[in-house]
Amino acid sequence: MKYSYRPLKIVLLSLVLITPVFADATVTEFRLENGLKLLVKEDHRAPIVVTQVWYKVGGSYEHDGITGLSHVLEHMMFKGTEKFPDGAFSRIIAENGGSDNAFTGPDYTAYFQTLEKSRLAISFELEADRMRFLSLPETAFAKEIEVVKEERRWRTDDRPQSYLYEVAMATAFQTSPYRFPVIGWMQDLDNMTVADLSVWYKKWYAPNNATLVVAGDVKPEAVLTLAKKYFGPLPAGPAMTPKSLKEVAQKGTKRVTVKRPAELPYLMMAYKTPVVKPADGEAQNPLAWEPYALEVLAGILDGGSSARIASRLIRGAEVAAGASAGYRMISRLDNLFILSGTPAKGKTVAALETALRNELLDLQHNPVSAEELQRVKAQVISSDVYEKDSVFYQAMILGILETVGLSWHLADRYVDNVKAITAEQVMMVAKKYLVDDRLTVAVLDPQPMTSQTQRQQRGDPHDR
Amino acid sequence: MIVKRTFTNRFIQRLLHRFSVRVSVRHGGFRHNLSLPTLLCTHKKTTIFNGIVKFILSVVLLTSGAAIQAAPKIEHWQTKNGVAVYYVYTPEIPMVDLQVVFDAGSSRDGDLPGLATLTSGLLDQGAGGLDADTVSTGFESLGAVFGASAGYDFATVQLRSLTDDTLLTAAIENFKRVLSKPDFPEAALARHRAQRLIGIQAKKQSPSAVAKDAFMRAVYQSHPYANPGEGTQASVSAIGRRDITAFYQQYYVANNALIAIVGAIDRSHAEKIAEDITRDLNPGEKAEPLPPVNNLHQAHNVFIEHPSTQTHILIGQPGLKRDDLDYFPLYVGNHILGGGGMVSRLFAEVREKRGLSYSAYSYFSPMRFAGPFIAGLQTKTEQANAALSVLMENIKSYIETGPTEAELIAAKKNITGSYPMRIDSNAKILGYVVVIAYYKLPLDYLDTFNANVDAVTIDQIKRAFSQRLLPDKLVTVMVGASAEKQKQAPK
Repeated sequence: MKYSYRPLKIVLLSLVLITPVFADATVTEFRLENGLKLLVKEDHRAPIVVTQVWYKVGGSYEHDGITGLSHVLEHMMFKGTEKFPDGAFSRIIAENGGSDNAFTGPDYTAYFQTLEKSRLAISFELEADRMRFLSLPETAFAKEIEVVKEERRWRTDDRPQSYLYEVAMATAFQTSPYRFPVIGWMQDLDNMTVADLSVWYKKWYAPNNATLVVAGDVKPEAVLTLAKKYFGPLPAGPAMTPKSLKEVAQKGTKRVTVKRPAELPYLMMAYKTPVVKPADGEAQNPLAWEPYALEVLAGILDGGSSARIASRLIRGAEVAAGASAGYRMISRLDNLFILSGTPAKGKTVAALETALRNELLDLQHNPVSAEELQRVKAQVISSDVYEKDSVFYQAMILGILETVGLSWHLADRYVDNVKAITAEQVMMVAKKYLVDDRLTVAVLDPQPMTSQTQRQQRGDPHDR
Repeated sequence: MIVKRTFTNRFIQRLLHRFSVRVSVRHGGFRHNLSLPTLLCTHKKTTIFNGIVKFILSVVLLTSGAAIQAAPKIEHWQTKNGVAVYYVYTPEIPMVDLQVVFDAGSSRDGDLPGLATLTSGLLDQGAGGLDADTVSTGFESLGAVFGASAGYDFATVQLRSLTDDTLLTAAIENFKRVLSKPDFPEAALARHRAQRLIGIQAKKQSPSAVAKDAFMRAVYQSHPYANPGEGTQASVSAIGRRDITAFYQQYYVANNALIAIVGAIDRSHAEKIAEDITRDLNPGEKAEPLPPVNNLHQAHNVFIEHPSTQTHILIGQPGLKRDDLDYFPLYVGNHILGGGGMVSRLFAEVREKRGLSYSAYSYFSPMRFAGPFIAGLQTKTEQANAALSVLMENIKSYIETGPTEAELIAAKKNITGSYPMRIDSNAKILGYVVVIAYYKLPLDYLDTFNANVDAVTIDQIKRAFSQRLLPDKLVTVMVGASAEKQKQAPK
């Protein structure tokens, strides 16, 4: 495979400062003197602009006792600065016809606005201001932490499958910080203080720990001028690198059962797998093809209604009411290949597990057919075109790649890397990674729900 | 609208896996139709009436003299057998989306709730003598994506393909087979029925799904909108192959269909495709009119016991027709009350001031007949009554006094200023085209929406809200643990 080694170039380009260093067909990269990286993706279909600010911090930067901190900080980023007090941010964006929001993942915290293109400066002014000058008022925190606890109840505690997922992560990973839920453990939310947030904010929120992605009907040079005006004066913070927290080698299958009130059982099988590494050139990393082979393997199993899970397990054996396979190929640390599903009526979780294992055995011992391989590749090629319909999504891909420590250029090579994969390589990764010693099995064992009784009343709904 | 499993969802799910996206967002009440974040934060506002909510958002001229984008030009004609075609040319990306829309939503289920959904789901499970594997390979080996779904009002059968001639021609050929020659094999029906029953069982785990079903039942009573699109255990168990084929033969016909096409194919190509895919449809007849929705005569309170830690609260009434004369006052008015994302009154009062809920919202879901007005939140059970009071009081006071001048100005700025984002992708344009076509809105709907929003006055909002929403006739649904259960529950 044809790769080139990027990190060296990136070091060089910080010396070049503000000259466009890569002029891809539609992406232009800049770096400001304070270390802020700027990526501009041109898409001139509609007069809009998406701004995304990506910080290298998230759930996987946390440790025991402070889980959920990155996400709570994300909420508090809307609670004002001296210049734009609580509520001003969203009000200003709204009055300009824009939308804004934010999200936190294991490896990133990102903020975004979508606006008519002439209003880009508005989002830059607001984002630059809160990158370094957040107020973190105590009174707002007291309410917002309750909002986040409600979010946790809504998102995890009251959803049996989400709850199982949380337990499965905490079981599969022993030393990797991917064992922490992004939303945080409830007791850590209970114990959290404004002081914790203040430390976290000062540590991670700085231009040299951020990537600014702008996509839409814009010109790179004009975006750069605006970025220099608003973000340029911000001081850089100390260079921050998270501690290296790798997962220790797993030495055998782990099994966990979760009992929750639920109607249906649920099965998750998670295998430890490698992710795409920064050194993805063949000379530096002879195994650089492996993630792409696992990606193809996931497509063979679950790339649509003609893929093996749908055709053999949902139809065919009718052992699954629903099932899926997903491989996480882009993240900061090694991650998982996850099979999951709900047994069909009259079938057990054990039967579903056996059926899924048999599919893996097949992949380990028999090459996939040329037709299947062709189908997966056709889907990858077409998806690459379909993705271009969403400006937001295009910006998101660039932001994620940069923030997990890869290069946005990877997006351009993804299709070719997948196309290069052979049936033999799919078999090799199946044998190497989808094996018992790397496996965690998590099962939801449904407990009786409270019998659903319905009371209907006339009059005051407060009488309960 | 109950979206079964649209191709967009499926498509995005796969992408999210690749990028290990598992995130937590600040605010679940996304009102925007950015495809990605909407999926990331599956919030009840966007899931209950997914397809419809995103179309209630509107379009206006920008107020600050910024660039004004023309609305997409919708071309309209009829096929030889009378199917209306709506077409938008978007040459930039070599892809095309097409949807065939039938008046065959769940409101046509009759005595067998779930019939429309099951019929839609079986279309690609065997067609023209080919089995499900062959049919699905027929799309997927081309990189094409097939989807079918049924909402309350209509059902869609859709295809996304690259515009490469060979690929598109083969995909259309397979699409025609599914559309015009589904076999509805007995074995496929049995399998799908079993899957649906599991799906119905799964809903019981979800307090929000339980609340939604109870809400619709209480608001719509004997109207077809009262029934869940997925059906019930009893109704789905009773559906036989004869019911499916009869439903298909009655509703999946040319006189009950329309087509929307958006993509990088020129007009003559679009004409050819439209002729091609409709040629083999039976002419049939337009579906019969359905009964209108009745107003509620009294308040109705429902409490359902659930082992969840939160209580889910929904308040509402029958609300808004798609072609309602009060559409704009109600839409703009609700934007201020609970529709405007992070700047609405409900968001401020319930979440920002009191920290009671992750999301607090209200919306009108315009449908053929009065679609629901829904306000909702979810909060830990111990404070459910307090949260209900805040929600109820804010709705009532808004009905009485309406918005302030400043609120109305801000709402108009937001709605009008967001115009370019409404139509910045093929997917969004397609969504508008289908709604405009199906509900027979004027073809210049997008061009005139701006002026319509700007024309709304405080008096209009007050009058429309007080006529439409009667505080003494609201449905209130609460799903959660009862007071007794709370005491027993271990911490």
